[in-house]
Amino acid sequence: MTAFLHQVFSGLASGGIYASVALALVLIYQATHLVNFAQGEMAMFATYVAWALVQAGLPYWPAFLLTLAISFAGGVAIERIVIRPFDKAPVLASVCVFIGLLSIFNSLAGFIFTYTIKTFPSPFGEQAWYGTRFLSPHETGEIVVTLALLVLVYAFFRFTPLGLAMRAAAQNPASSRLVGIRVGWMLALGWGLAAAAGAVAGMMAAPIVYLEPNMMGGILLYGFAGALLGGIDNPWGAVLGGFMVGVLENLAGGYVVGADLKLTAALVIIVGVLVIRPSGLFGRPIAQRV
Amino acid sequence: MISRRRFLATTTASTALLAARVFPAFAANAPGVTDKEIKIGQTMPYSGPASSYGAIGKAELAYFKKINDEGGISGRMLNLLSLDDGYSPPKTVEQIRRLVEQDQVAFIFQSLGTPSNSAIQKYLNDHKVPQLFVATGATKWNDPKNFPWTIGWQPNYQTEGHIYAKYLLTNKPDAKVGILYQNDDYGKDYVKGLKDGLGDKAAGMVVKEESYETSDPTVDSQIVSLQASGADTFLNATTPKFAAQAIRKAFDIGWKPLHFLNNVSISVGTVLKPAGLEKSVGVITADYRKDSSDPRWDNDAGKKQWLAFMQKYMPDADLGDNDYPYGMMAAMTMVQVLKQAGNDLSRENIMKEAANLKDLELPMLLPGIKLNTSPDNFAPIKQMQLQRFNGKSWELFGDVLSG
Amino acid sequence: MTVLSETPAMADTRQVAGLSLSTWHRIGLVAALAFALVVPFWASSYHTFQFTLVTVYAIALMGLNLLTGYNGQISLGHGAFYAIGAYVTAVLVHKTGVPYWATVPVAGFVCLGVGFLFGFPALRLEGLYLALATFALALVTPQILKFKTFASWTGGVQGILMDKPDAPWGLPLDSDQWLYFLCLAVALPLFWAARNMVASRTGRAMVSIRDHPIAAATMGVDTALVKSLTFGVSAFYTGIAGSLGGIVVGFVAPDSFSILLSLSFLVGIVVGGLASIWGALFGALFVVFVPNYADQISDLLGERAKALPWAIYGLLLIAVMYLMPTGVVGMLRTVAARVVGVRGPRTLVAKTE
Repeated sequence: MTAFLHQVFSGLASGGIYASVALALVLIYQATHLVNFAQGEMAMFATYVAWALVQAGLPYWPAFLLTLAISFAGGVAIERIVIRPFDKAPVLASVCVFIGLLSIFNSLAGFIFTYTIKTFPSPFGEQAWYGTRFLSPHETGEIVVTLALLVLVYAFFRFTPLGLAMRAAAQNPASSRLVGIRVGWMLALGWGLAAAAGAVAGMMAAPIVYLEPNMMGGILLYGFAGALLGGIDNPWGAVLGGFMVGVLENLAGGYVVGADLKLTAALVIIVGVLVIRPSGLFGRPIAQRV
Repeated sequence: MISRRRFLATTTASTALLAARVFPAFAANAPGVTDKEIKIGQTMPYSGPASSYGAIGKAELAYFKKINDEGGISGRMLNLLSLDDGYSPPKTVEQIRRLVEQDQVAFIFQSLGTPSNSAIQKYLNDHKVPQLFVATGATKWNDPKNFPWTIGWQPNYQTEGHIYAKYLLTNKPDAKVGILYQNDDYGKDYVKGLKDGLGDKAAGMVVKEESYETSDPTVDSQIVSLQASGADTFLNATTPKFAAQAIRKAFDIGWKPLHFLNNVSISVGTVLKPAGLEKSVGVITADYRKDSSDPRWDNDAGKKQWLAFMQKYMPDADLGDNDYPYGMMAAMTMVQVLKQAGNDLSRENIMKEAANLKDLELPMLLPGIKLNTSPDNFAPIKQMQLQRFNGKSWELFGDVLSG
Repeated sequence: MTVLSETPAMADTRQVAGLSLSTWHRIGLVAALAFALVVPFWASSYHTFQFTLVTVYAIALMGLNLLTGYNGQISLGHGAFYAIGAYVTAVLVHKTGVPYWATVPVAGFVCLGVGFLFGFPALRLEGLYLALATFALALVTPQILKFKTFASWTGGVQGILMDKPDAPWGLPLDSDQWLYFLCLAVALPLFWAARNMVASRTGRAMVSIRDHPIAAATMGVDTALVKSLTFGVSAFYTGIAGSLGGIVVGFVAPDSFSILLSLSFLVGIVVGGLASIWGALFGALFVVFVPNYADQISDLLGERAKALPWAIYGLLLIAVMYLMPTGVVGMLRTVAARVVGVRGPRTLVAKTE
């Protein structure tokens, strides 16, 4: 029983990370209807920026906030400079651009920071009261941060004029333009927010998985699976999906098929679910207009 | 459509060209050897899942630069062409063919990775190109009868597994062993080595085997399963990132087994420190190198020699990374072979001298450990010594062992 | 998805320099064929080996292009079919001693079956969801190849080593040249068949499903059947490529078929040109040669730049997409259209069948 609980909780801890990556994916999806495959590598790179700031002597929280700002600016810049020209290009051209970005960030990080693993500080202390036998303080903190991020994103899209404008721009660019929304900037804003959310995911993941250029590879995959499982047009669903993937993966590996088929089992289940519910567990079915 | 006559013409031309394409008969020296230069080829995973090992290639490039700055070997400069293969065997084949056929290197030195070297072993042996001191610990490189052009360098993983098994049989014969290994040939070699070493008792002693993929974000779940199996002894056959995760998670969930950590991940700087030094106390491992971050060796002549090299040629490098001493010593072994070969730099003679190392001592090897090769021994380093982590550094104990 | 689509049923009578575009097309074809036939006689064996890889990848990309370019089903996992093809060949050669050439069609048909079966559940999935499912397939395949139950067949993590075949019948070719011509001899009929397929009824059904599935269904196209069939045929092509690739490299191992392979296939068809026969060839040239150029460029930057080739590759990829968002073929078409536009009126005449 203890072992079972351990598996569940460590699944929740990894799930929290997948969930925050899933949220970042949702943000870009909301704005552009694309999944950014470079999201993980951008998050990794942002985490290195944070690491460098901490190394330079900045305390954790200022470094954290500064990294968010830098990531936001970086995301906006990438959208304006790299992605914008592909506005009218076929979808798959954008996918190739994402693959290009992915290899650039991965390679640059290795070049600048080397491939040796680095420790990344946690703001939650080693022996804090909210640590338990099942979850370390950082894991608890990381889950809370993920949930807080979710509430922020939800509130932003639901209640703020800017969030509503962004949604409108994604859903109906032509009409949005007519009511005075600057659609182009809304897309850039979506990229900026997604980059910042990704940076949070990276900074929460790094104390657990250690900082190195390939750290987000596996996480992005699980985040992607989580987002689709929950429904990529729905922040709540995506986060829930992320947690589910984390737990599912651990239970499958621990009790069903053994660790050497853990990934296989998790993916088969996810794809199975999607076959039955093609727009995710909590996603809106896509209505086709003829 | 091409006319029949033109087709015939091209085929005849091709026959003539074919003769020229066959590998040249061996003259005195191998291809790539001139009076001024020795061209050496290598593939390294500078990108991809094993990219942290790229440090080895960089150290070797730097060491050869040092040799060149000092006048080369009998006036010949060492020109190491070190290409990225991303740890993907088909890419290794392509790059090695480029090195051998296009760049005309004399031989291949320290290509890294078991799958990559497996993919090129037959090609290199068929073409009689020396595949020297491969950077992998698989056992199969010591097979001079079938692969006379391939030679290993580091102690192999199975030998290390034997050493742990021997320790267990003497000190903890009723151990219940749990194993965590990387799901590839490297990880499985440890499992095999340990089981072979335990012999008949293996079936009773090994209670749980868990594996992971390099794409897994963490190995937390596997550690939980190992603890739940009731194991009181842990063989941790993982690469640095996962080794650090495993040490930390075992400590955090209160699992305190007798912990054997594989040699791949023994760096204090890049594994134990990230895992937490206090969480690593009591971990046992076997090594053949001096730990570069251990202050005990600060006054050691060998370490000073290494440090001097690093400061001059790799000033930005992380001194806590054990791949740098590894790379320097492999490069030194190569230099020794070329010196022994003297002016007969044919592929045959280079291979012959690679298999003719006698008690070679290298600066960062533990005292008492020497390299030896002979025509029927293609495993240069066979000895290791057990050591235990005391919270600050590794403490050697027992004798120098050889599997 | 909007893609410029080649409609091979049309004969293009627009004129450039006194010749119709169709004639130019034919001249290009003959030139490429002539080049393909003589290249192994003047290139070094290393370059011949690279051109062999180009041919192999071109077959794989043709397969993916049928599925993604013509039928609009995005696959991020064609590396899986490539792996299955390679393994079918390696296991048969290694375990049963079947001659290597006989395993190539077997590999193709095994993949046809797997692809067709995979195509069924995939029917329910669209766009991103299909991308995830195929991505999963690519990730899972190496794991299954390593799995201990199958290890006695697949060689587990060690993989399988194969002998490199020599030219048969006393042909005056060395092993590299022979393999090159073997792959070319397999590729040409496959390309010819693909061209005919996309020009046929089925081909038009495939394209109509991509452009408007509901309209296609209304017009009486059996979308489910066409989609699964396309999946099967696509896997067939890629499986044959995998089989040839295994023979050419002489070694298969789970590490050979990482997710990067699948991604580079996708990059290949987009760079080459979606929904185009020639696109597969241009894409294969990109896949084989550009990483090497990236390597050489980064070598110019000195020792420290050892980690940089992929950054350079990424930059090149983005630059190529920027200059040619519809791929090499798309750009050629645009250029041709410009030239024609200056010279005369656009008259597209449908060929009557």
